[in-house]
Amino acid sequence: MSTAVPNENLITERQLSILVKGRQRKNQLKCDAESIAGCVSQRACVYCGARVVLNPVTDAIHLVHGPIGCASYTWDIRGSLSSGSELYRNSFSTDLKENDVIFGGEKKLARAIDELVEKYPAELVFVYSTCVVGVIGDDLEAVCRAASQKHGIKIIPVQSSGFIGNKSAGYRAACDALLRLIEPAGEPRPVKRLNPVPSVNYLGDFNLAGEAWIIGDYLKQIGVEVNVVFTGDSNYRDLKKAPQATLNIMQCAGSMAYLARRMEELYGIPSMQVSFLGLDDTAASLRNIASFLNDPEMKRRVEELIRRETAAVKPQIEHYRSKLLGKKAAVYVGGGFKAISLIKQFREIGIDVVMVGTQTGREEEYQTLHDISDDGTVILDDANPSELERFMTEKGAHLLVGGVKERPLAYKLGVAFIDHNHDRKHPLSGYVGAVNFAREVYSTVCSPVWKYTREIGGGLFAAGKNALPER
Amino acid sequence: MLDCTPKELIERTGGMINPAKTCQPIGAMYAALGIHNCMPHSHGSQGCCAYHRSHLTRHFREPVMATTSSFTEGASVFGGGGNLKTAIKNVFAIYNPDVMAVHTTCLSETIGDDVPTIIKSAEVPEGKLVIHANTPSYQGSHITGFSNMVKGMVTYLARATAEDKKEQVNIIPGFVNPGDMREIKRLADSMGIKFIMFPDTSGVLDSPMTGKFHMFPAGGARVDDIRDAGNSKLTLALGYYASSDAAHLLERNCQVPAVTLKTPIGIKATDELLMLLRGKFVREIPYELEEERGQLVDVMTDCHHHFYGKKVAIFGDPDIIIGLTEFVLSLGMRPVHVLTGTPGATLGGPKGILEKEIKAMLAASGLEGRVKAAGDLFELHQWIKNEPVDLLMGNTYGKYIARAEDIPFVRVGFPVMDRSTHPYMPIVGYRGALRLVEMISSALLDRQDRDAADEDLELVM
Ligand code: SF4
Ligand code: SF4
Repeated sequence: MSTAVPNENLITERQLSILVKGRQRKNQLKCDAESIAGCVSQRACVYCGARVVLNPVTDAIHLVHGPIGCASYTWDIRGSLSSGSELYRNSFSTDLKENDVIFGGEKKLARAIDELVEKYPAELVFVYSTCVVGVIGDDLEAVCRAASQKHGIKIIPVQSSGFIGNKSAGYRAACDALLRLIEPAGEPRPVKRLNPVPSVNYLGDFNLAGEAWIIGDYLKQIGVEVNVVFTGDSNYRDLKKAPQATLNIMQCAGSMAYLARRMEELYGIPSMQVSFLGLDDTAASLRNIASFLNDPEMKRRVEELIRRETAAVKPQIEHYRSKLLGKKAAVYVGGGFKAISLIKQFREIGIDVVMVGTQTGREEEYQTLHDISDDGTVILDDANPSELERFMTEKGAHLLVGGVKERPLAYKLGVAFIDHNHDRKHPLSGYVGAVNFAREVYSTVCSPVWKYTREIGGGLFAAGKNALPER
Repeated sequence: MLDCTPKELIERTGGMINPAKTCQPIGAMYAALGIHNCMPHSHGSQGCCAYHRSHLTRHFREPVMATTSSFTEGASVFGGGGNLKTAIKNVFAIYNPDVMAVHTTCLSETIGDDVPTIIKSAEVPEGKLVIHANTPSYQGSHITGFSNMVKGMVTYLARATAEDKKEQVNIIPGFVNPGDMREIKRLADSMGIKFIMFPDTSGVLDSPMTGKFHMFPAGGARVDDIRDAGNSKLTLALGYYASSDAAHLLERNCQVPAVTLKTPIGIKATDELLMLLRGKFVREIPYELEEERGQLVDVMTDCHHHFYGKKVAIFGDPDIIIGLTEFVLSLGMRPVHVLTGTPGATLGGPKGILEKEIKAMLAASGLEGRVKAAGDLFELHQWIKNEPVDLLMGNTYGKYIARAEDIPFVRVGFPVMDRSTHPYMPIVGYRGALRLVEMISSALLDRQDRDAADEDLELVM
């Protein structure tokens, strides 16, 4: 194991989860470990992971089997856009009560399904299990099976009890549910029809702010049809068609690698990792798709698209780059792959990443992060707020990229912030997204509001006492 | 498109659709943040804690610190005692708060962890405190959780140590914004009355920007003060649901008489609060407050014609909607639908306070309306479809209904996640009532302007 970052403020057991590039001989980082009891962990649970992946299935009833909170907190909090049904934006909970916990919640679950199916014209219900359900041992399988038969629609249990792992386990549970949707047990394997137009399943885009639409449009321009997106703006019927794709392209590997592997085993669909964050990654991904499909005409169209789109956005990006050159960013996001893309994307706009962390990054991803980072960059797994604070201050970051809980932390430190998570407001993918990204970074880093905090820490009369360290 | 709610009312027994409540621990976490130098601790899996922190952060736009026992499968089989002990050790070693306030989650409750016993056998550093509250979410709501944590403060901290009761009042403000707590303190201050407010999230969740991050911001009720609450001559519980249980516990434990009042929203409830303080402490109401009251009445009379006869639907936490209902009635409006997700009784308290209280208010104004506890927003939406209203008041989640039915919407209560500044601005007291008048009339008149034909657009309204 590598030597740790020594600091009395850090929890000893956490030291193996943090490293500074260039300071250790080996770049091993302890990741994917359980959070330590008594930490202000930023991590979420299995249910959260499963819900994140499945929530964008727009025409499903997402029924949370558990006490009310788990459902309340996930009511329409993801900015996944829909072009059809808005059913997924409602919150359904069995709202378990003490009696249900003592005597079991199966009956109530069955009633809830009956009532919902009666009210909403849905072909698909996901039933999420939460921690309590895992402990009281309700047989979700049996209830869902019976209800499926009764109503003649798909009712799929999602085994997402929160304590059986972390968010990654939830991704896995969601992928299992999707696989059951595509190929229900006991039904014949879907026959693969050959499509004259090459088509892809686009995995790991949740259509936040309409991102999947942008990418779908690029693909269309180069002559590739999107068969179905997993799971942004998807619906029951489209998901069922998944086996017909020529290729699976996968953006968020953290949540989708397992599904891609299974689809390869079951339907012989090869898969490819792509990233549409930043100009370079977007271009590379489009080229890879065309060379995989080995179509000269498509390759030509890809080059044309790259040329045209790059020309259209380059001046704007250059403009922002000139304003941002030399600024420093800290990155704390969910998955490792996104972190890698962000480092590259920040380079495109002249910004160095001085700290990078993830909630659920995998070992290979940390390896890559280490490889592409500059010397001195702090790399950490499952950071807590004190660590984020310490390294952001120490490294003089001007900007933090993170999720909901990190935003006010950054602001309190007088550091700019952008949300690269579910609260994002503009699409950040593709060429349009690259400009949006640059503009968003610029508008926060260069906002006049920081003037009042940097100089005197907000309070006029405590000048000096509260002033920020040299930036 | 967003309107998925059918109009026909149907009996339902299988849970909630679009809840008007959330779970106990978040209320406990919020209450615990109202103790100075206190780390709220969630005894359960890390997911709950992450959700509660995010949700509070979305409402307050402030960092929200809390630790978790990070349950794994082992803990769920063998109990979470080990996790909690490790957590206690780590929390004091790393974050060094004065107090750690442990609440349970559904999971630790279902497993049956005996938290007080675990705490007793844990290593707690000299001079540090661990308090706890049981907060199973399969009972009550976030309001119950708030109430339970305040009870925990009383149980663990408040002591009757003085011979005679002191000339001071305990104020339990209820689940309101820090801006409301500040306002209530200002009222007591301006009457020259010594008070102890707990919990008190002002200075914690509305803390100023200093360019530094403080794990424990400057605000919050001091432990010594909460201890001394046992020596006060009176406890004022503001709100039946969030505050009265703790006040009665304090009465039992320390013989401090408890009085429960409505959350002081609107003119009548604020009058009652000030009259009570005046009576108990033999003080005059200062001119400053007289003036504020007069100004409020002045504005109410100036524009009562904007409000008269308008139908309103109100939803949210019980203590808040009781106050809002009373106030809109005093403006001449008709609250025809009033709903909360919180079940109808405080734990162990009398049932149906909310329904009774609100029905009585309506009856006194010669009105009838639908009133329900333990309801959900699906049902409220159905009511509105069956009897349309001119205004909707409630938390952020009301925006779906407001849009589907195209009704003006005033955001009050918890959570408000799509607007800012509300944590700083009171709705309690005369000043708060003035603000409510402004919010309601702006919502109504903006709509009137929007919908007016060119020839009907008025300059002076
Ligand atoms: S399990 Fe957690 S989030 Fe769900 S209701 Fe219980 S405490 Fe709340
Ligand atoms: S109870 Fe379990 S599933 Fe629900 S939020 Fe908490 S950790 Fe997640």
